[in-house]
Amino acid sequence: MSEAVSEPPAEVGTFRRTMRRLLREPLGVFGLSLVILVVGAAVFADLLASAEPSRISPRDRFLPPSADHLMGTDQLGRDLFARVLHGGRIALLVAVGSTVVSLLIGIVLGLIAGYGPRWLDNILILVFDALKSFPTVMLALALVTLFGPSLTAVVVVVILVNVPGYARIIRTQTIALKSSEYVTAAQSMGASPARILRVHVLPNVVGPIVILASMDIPVVIAIEAGMSFLGLGVRPPTPSWGAILNDGFANIRESAWIVIAGGVPIILTTLGFTFLGETLRDVFDPRLKGRG
Amino acid sequence: MLNYAIKRLGLAVVIVSVAMTLLFSMIYLIPGDPASVALGPRATPEMVAALRARMGLDQPVWVQFWNFYSGAWTGDLGIEVLSNRPVLTVVMEQLPFTLALIAGGITWSVALGIPLGCMAAVRRGSFADRLVGVLSVAVIAVPSFVVAIYALLIFAVALQWLPAIGAGEPGDLGDQLTHLILPSLAVGLGWVGYIARMVRASMLEVLEASHIRTARAFGLPERQITYRYALSIAILPTVTLLGIGIGQMLSSAVFAEIVFARPGIGKLVYDAILTRNYPLVTGAVLVTTVLFVVINVIADLIIGALDPRVRSGF
Amino acid sequence: MTVLAVSGLSVEFTTEGGTLQALRDVSFEVPERKIVGVVGESGCGKSTLINAILGLLADNGHVSAGEILFEGAQELTTLDPTSMRALRGERISTVFQDPMGALNPVLSVGRQMVNVQYRSGRSKAEKTARAVEMLQKVRIPDAEKAVNRYPHEFSGGMKQRIAIAMALMMEPALLIADEPTTALDATLEVATIELLKELQEEIGCSVLFISHHLGVIAELCDEVIVMYAGEVVERGDVRDIFNDPRHPYAHRLLDCDPARQKGLVRHLPTIPGEIPDLRARPEGCIFRPRCHRAEARCTETPPEIVVSPGHMARCWVAEVPERAEAAR
Repeated sequence: MSEAVSEPPAEVGTFRRTMRRLLREPLGVFGLSLVILVVGAAVFADLLASAEPSRISPRDRFLPPSADHLMGTDQLGRDLFARVLHGGRIALLVAVGSTVVSLLIGIVLGLIAGYGPRWLDNILILVFDALKSFPTVMLALALVTLFGPSLTAVVVVVILVNVPGYARIIRTQTIALKSSEYVTAAQSMGASPARILRVHVLPNVVGPIVILASMDIPVVIAIEAGMSFLGLGVRPPTPSWGAILNDGFANIRESAWIVIAGGVPIILTTLGFTFLGETLRDVFDPRLKGRG
Repeated sequence: MLNYAIKRLGLAVVIVSVAMTLLFSMIYLIPGDPASVALGPRATPEMVAALRARMGLDQPVWVQFWNFYSGAWTGDLGIEVLSNRPVLTVVMEQLPFTLALIAGGITWSVALGIPLGCMAAVRRGSFADRLVGVLSVAVIAVPSFVVAIYALLIFAVALQWLPAIGAGEPGDLGDQLTHLILPSLAVGLGWVGYIARMVRASMLEVLEASHIRTARAFGLPERQITYRYALSIAILPTVTLLGIGIGQMLSSAVFAEIVFARPGIGKLVYDAILTRNYPLVTGAVLVTTVLFVVINVIADLIIGALDPRVRSGF
Repeated sequence: MTVLAVSGLSVEFTTEGGTLQALRDVSFEVPERKIVGVVGESGCGKSTLINAILGLLADNGHVSAGEILFEGAQELTTLDPTSMRALRGERISTVFQDPMGALNPVLSVGRQMVNVQYRSGRSKAEKTARAVEMLQKVRIPDAEKAVNRYPHEFSGGMKQRIAIAMALMMEPALLIADEPTTALDATLEVATIELLKELQEEIGCSVLFISHHLGVIAELCDEVIVMYAGEVVERGDVRDIFNDPRHPYAHRLLDCDPARQKGLVRHLPTIPGEIPDLRARPEGCIFRPRCHRAEARCTETPPEIVVSPGHMARCWVAEVPERAEAAR
């Protein structure tokens, strides 16, 4: 188990070995299949669903699932199958996009806090702690008052929720590296802080944080779906799983298939990414086990 | 112990101050004027000016900040413009409902999570252990609002075992408890997983400790070793975890309140946002934040009380 | 009367790399009111021996041969778990190496000492009184108050004395002491050893004392067992072993003891080589790969050779003392 621990995950040999180990874990295979299913459905949404996701058809309102409409239609007669597939696109784009942005910000702030002057570190830590002291939904609700219901609001919420955690991890690792012998050596050779951070610190801290961040993807998907469910995220008529849930929730007694169409993809996606992430983490780095 | 409590409280005060500053800058940045928003499009400029004066919006930023800040520490969160009542009063009316919901969530998560984690640790490697592991990950992964909607769909709409909406008749405790079952399950389900995992991991660690070996070497009954000697230590990290958990349960509670149409802080903030009642939003967010910080302090103090090593360490 | 008689005991562990024989054909006796020392390098099977006696072998380990007869009546390897548990703490008790970790950190010392007496049928007040009495015996100051304190409030030496008090509370027939002084510094070690001897004489129990500290063994024990790679290579009276070791390993072990070095030496002697892989024991004598006296017949399992009454060594050349051979 231990030989892969210290190697960076990007290496080809390690990648093959990791995949082989992953495929030995039933839960990992299950997670991977779900992720492939979800990503594939989102990528090929146009091919798989012939219907236009936002086309309103008053005559076809509240149709239960049938051969024409695999998942039925909603209160405006829109084809739910098409909406679910296109909603997957939105969910994945938002998840990946906002995670990447959070990562970049988190890494920069973490490096600054870890390598910069003590007072700046203290201030940043205090701000991170303060941000963490808002319950997530409350933070989201407060931010929606600022931005209005929109995709931007969702992305900002994700960033504010994720950045403190990422920055803290990067900071701890940077501080540990700061006193290492090769950094001291580089300093004595007159290397600039920017160069030290880029050449000596960054490559060492980036690996684990990317794994951790990819494990947060299901959380981000949940935030997007949750905010859209409350009508505070993606605006209609853009398809979103949360919005479908919201439409279905209003008609839950008569047309249960709408909430089923909206909720099941959320469950499958979060489960898939989580099982895959958990297995990958155990395979990559047993030391990260039990985080959170 | 006292020293430890004071230090921990001091840190909490600083964090709340910073959180308040963040919140204030957020309100200040809101595009549009809260007064004209509150009065609607048909208000005359005079009416808007009068309300601005009453809300203190005509003052310079730093005066506004000071008023907000000093007011908040004394419990003055401003006036709710629609009903003309203090924001704090309105928020406090709703707080008990949310607290009851979270208490219900904790009950679910502790009542299921601790025995499951304990069992998984004692029967390490068994089928039951692996099942608990997979289920824990699954319930953590699924968002609580999806759980809430599906719980409502299955148990209230399809099976009709439990009521779907509201908090129950005031004064009728049984009715209120029945109304609490589904929403609190939605709030607590994910935490069953967290707690089961945490208890399992720390139980495994504690069961390896040499004092457990000592206890075995003294022939103490295995039940006493598991529950008195091991679980009493293994439970400690769970208390801290619950401190964080209550904060996240606050988030889940917002969804549960909206899905099950229950009164509570979440529903209050949600409705306030839809009606653009900003003083109410900031007030309620501030109250929940303070609540969250206080709960974390309490969790740390409980740890201090349970673990004699922590309190003398500070 | 013999308190503990181990004969032909073998213990195996099932591991991923195959079956590991941790103990092989171990035989010795602990007579009444005697202190028997067990010495050997780490990994020689001392801990496995204790766990086998206590019935606390890990799940992947089992006794594959031999028996452990306790007080001439009970056979511990086949005893049912309930009766085994009843013996532990009551007739056989244990003091472990690590005084920091041996006590439960969240229960008061008194509570733990009361819990240990749960089979005694005494009242709560009597149990507490007994706990205080034992703490006084191990010279814990202010014993009445000490029962309400938690382990972390005591020093390492005090914790180990508390562990001894706890072990002797039920006046057992056999006390197993697993390197009880290793974690303590030298002055505390002497004091703890003296206390242990004093209490042993007062209670009249036997002690199985495990240590790699030869000085302590020489000071405290009546008889000594030398273990190597899960086998008893030599046993006998403490004077016989220390003055006239016959097994080459026992001889080397004594040579390596810094306390026995005469005058100044530049390098402490060491035994070349490593303990063999217990999953694939070499044929014949277990010490052969490292032995400087190895001969052709050593590829066959050596017999137990009686050097003098009560002094045995498992070696082909045990009849000839090493010094005599060197002089020849």
